[in-house]
Amino acid sequence: MKSEYPLIVSKNISRINPLSLDDYIKNGGIEALKKALKQTPEHIVSEITKSKLRGRGGAGFPTGLKQSFTKNSCSDCEKYIICNADEGEPGTFKDKYLMENDPFTVLEGIIISAYAINAKKGFIYIRGEYDKSIKTVENAVNQFYNYKFLGSNILNSNFSFDLEIFLGAGSYLCGEELTLIESIEGKRGYPRIKPPFPAEKGLWNKPTLVNNVETFANIPYIILNGSEKYLSIGTHESKGTKLFCVSGNVNKPGVYELPFGITLREIIFNICQGMKDGFSFKGALIGGAAGTFIDETMLDCPLAYETLKEKDATLGSGAIIIIDDKINLKNLLSNILEFFKHESCGKCVPCRIGTTLIYEKSKNKNINEDDLLWILKQTEYMAKTSLCPLGQSPILPVKSIIKYFSKEIVSYEQKN
Amino acid sequence: MQNSLNIEEIKTILKKYKPEKAYLIKALHDLQNASLNNSLPYEILDEVCKYFNLTKAQVLGVVTYYSMFSIKPRSKYVIRLCKSPVCFVKGTLNILEYLKQKHNILPNSKNNELFALEFTECLGLCNEAPAMQINEKPFTNLNESKIDEIINFYKSNLP
Repeated sequence: MKSEYPLIVSKNISRINPLSLDDYIKNGGIEALKKALKQTPEHIVSEITKSKLRGRGGAGFPTGLKQSFTKNSCSDCEKYIICNADEGEPGTFKDKYLMENDPFTVLEGIIISAYAINAKKGFIYIRGEYDKSIKTVENAVNQFYNYKFLGSNILNSNFSFDLEIFLGAGSYLCGEELTLIESIEGKRGYPRIKPPFPAEKGLWNKPTLVNNVETFANIPYIILNGSEKYLSIGTHESKGTKLFCVSGNVNKPGVYELPFGITLREIIFNICQGMKDGFSFKGALIGGAAGTFIDETMLDCPLAYETLKEKDATLGSGAIIIIDDKINLKNLLSNILEFFKHESCGKCVPCRIGTTLIYEKSKNKNINEDDLLWILKQTEYMAKTSLCPLGQSPILPVKSIIKYFSKEIVSYEQKN
Repeated sequence: MQNSLNIEEIKTILKKYKPEKAYLIKALHDLQNASLNNSLPYEILDEVCKYFNLTKAQVLGVVTYYSMFSIKPRSKYVIRLCKSPVCFVKGTLNILEYLKQKHNILPNSKNNELFALEFTECLGLCNEAPAMQINEKPFTNLNESKIDEIINFYKSNLP
């Protein structure tokens, strides 16, 4: 990791032993929690709101707003908090990176948020496949209980909070907040109709705050250093840093914490030390399977929510899958569409049938421009008629791959 | 292959959890891991229904929805090969072909007592693609010689 950039969520990584809470405390951990418990919950929500922190799971919803919706949906009723660690977006491995290398910051962020919205009980929903993350977080939770940072009267305050780990069992869809809630309730992972949103009716129909792992990891920094300092990092509308997950044929793939506004050129050719020998850069898939393709014309576009939106692209979870000249884009498109087909839960007809139809079409050996437009048309129907983000997403990679690479996809036919 | 857990063993595992729906999936994981054939057969699920006071349809609905659970017996080691875009462009299909040709490990087949082969979505190991897991253990930067090494290791370290 280059030290020339400010570090917020990964500042402890490789400096502390992820299994040692003592190490974390020695490095300034828990100070934010101590400070938070001396403040009013209202003050914390207002500080997070002022910081303009946005959800890091992919949708980028303002965290402070989500907190205040949940907090204000009822004054004295039971509330829950959920940490969404069901990281499954292809090409994304940042939550795993945080959980395996510094689970403590995440936990501290969860507890501060729970205090802010007055939740007494929380869950961390971790992917069943993430064995090392599960074990590291389990150890951290146990140590938090031993040190009385979790449980009754945390740090001798009036605030009590319990946190449990919940394991996923192999479902991409459970990363969607309402589906995740269904899963914790011991059911099949089918999405719910929204509204009502979780802030109003979430787990067991009680107000529930669901945030991503990386979102929670930002909270201690903001509380400790104040929103002013946080606002000094990033772009006009995207504040703070983002964990970018770079994969593909670059020399140094990996997770990098970088301020919003950095360019893809800087990431690939400086931070990741350029393309591997024998491969040249052609484009990237940003945000995972439910993300957008871009080509070299976007190398100098600052990576931030607003700048990418202007160009019909998304930042999503922060995945950056590098596309090189050796990759067969037709096969890649087909692979992505197969993913959606496999993960569709089958509840909505347009998604269930649509994902199958477009995948079948993409598999055709001969695919021409009309076929591509036909696939695009189906994804448009799906986006308008599906209940959850899964059916609404295939339009993103499809539309963008056509925009930048349709000639190339069609040319495979001619070569065959 | 040996039969799965006996009733007493199943009950001992279930008792670790409060009989509330929020613990259903956790208990199912625990039972499947303890079972000798990596699966949740009906003998186990019947006890789960009783313990959690759920119908067979409810429990079966959950077990069949999540891809990590299986009602059918599986081999001792479940290989989960990642086929999400990054691993795919880095050669998952070559690894698959090699597992088939050299080691006779085929997807969804019963021909191999030791290894079952399944596909999984992104394992979060994209910076070291292609990747796979055997039971809970991850293996990365796969190539043919590495596959030989891994498979031979598992074959020669039978308990």
